[in-house]
Amino acid sequence: MYVIVVGGGKVGYYLTKELLAAGHELVLLEKDRSRAKQIADEVGSIVLARDGCEGQHLAEAGANRASIVAAVTGDDEDNLVVCQMAKHHFDVPRTIARVNNPRNEDLFRHLGVDEIISPTRMALAAIEQDIPVHELLHLAQLEGGELSLLEAQIGDGSPAIGRRPSDITLPDGCSLFVLIRGEQAQPIRPETVFQTGDKVLAISRTECELDLHRQLIGTTPGD
Amino acid sequence: MRTIIVGCGRVGAVLAGRLSTAGDEVTIIDLLQDAFDKLPEGFSGQAVRGDGTDEDVLRRLGVEGVDRFFALTEGDNRNILAAQLAAETFSVPTVVAKVNDPVRASAYASLGIATICRTSMLVESLSGFVGLPSDTTEMRVMPPTGHHPGPHGARTANGSVAVSDATRPEVEH
Repeated sequence: MYVIVVGGGKVGYYLTKELLAAGHELVLLEKDRSRAKQIADEVGSIVLARDGCEGQHLAEAGANRASIVAAVTGDDEDNLVVCQMAKHHFDVPRTIARVNNPRNEDLFRHLGVDEIISPTRMALAAIEQDIPVHELLHLAQLEGGELSLLEAQIGDGSPAIGRRPSDITLPDGCSLFVLIRGEQAQPIRPETVFQTGDKVLAISRTECELDLHRQLIGTTPGD
Repeated sequence: MRTIIVGCGRVGAVLAGRLSTAGDEVTIIDLLQDAFDKLPEGFSGQAVRGDGTDEDVLRRLGVEGVDRFFALTEGDNRNILAAQLAAETFSVPTVVAKVNDPVRASAYASLGIATICRTSMLVESLSGFVGLPSDTTEMRVMPPTGHHPGPHGARTANGSVAVSDATRPEVEH
């Protein structure tokens, strides 16, 4: 299969190496001469120091017989133009664009790009999975930002489960005052026992938030 | 008339001034604050710093419902992206993109975006000046000669991209 890759940044470079290893026929277009030479020194003469947005350069690269054109530069507008030129000018059956601004995905699809690679969205999805669901929620800033009104949800992993307020060591700058359980608010009393699903409202100085997080929610990203 | 201009270079700034003097409600966008220094004194529109190729930015500036959209930055591809956003996503009736590469300029005219090509204009104009044959049609905005086929080759039903409907070929469904 003949593939044209446009853009020799990190994505284009590794993509080129993978495709070569898989035995595909390939040309890489990279408009920056020194970058093109650097890659050519490693992978051989399949690198052209050309701007893939120019119709003429796509023609020279053999776009009319390419099965796939993959535009993976760091600029969405360039990737779009490469794919549109490939599709509408050279009848390339399959075009792939890297999209950096996730908001461009729908437009690119609408404009005929066959496949979208969105590193930003992939990174966001991966990061969101790593962020624990139960976090301290900032409800309000008080005293000019010195204090915060916070909500903590007691989840399954919370060290506070089964304990009373007196069993929980909190720094001086921090106090728990309301418990929300089953949509009912109640004051936190000495005999209160925390359980899964409780929400606790607290007022805390900024520097005490990490302690509060550890005591009520569990491990923090810094642990 | 409401007009959005992306790119406050020489062309964008002067055009913004002229339209604004003529009574248009003009919004001009540029990435750099300094670019607005070029706006003429008579300009009474809005000058906004921002990325004219960003859908959210354009929506915030009220691109929905404008009459004219000119993409006049220094980058052909940026202009092409902004113009297609305006035409395809926001259905602006009149959209023109400055595209200085003649090949791309005619390619996008056939995809439904009116283009204006400085290269062709200057070459034709100078050829005429020295007495060579010159094509004056190349000195104007190139109207759309086709329109965008839409995803998977299907024609889009809403014909929002043309400067003049008369220039567009009949659509087959």
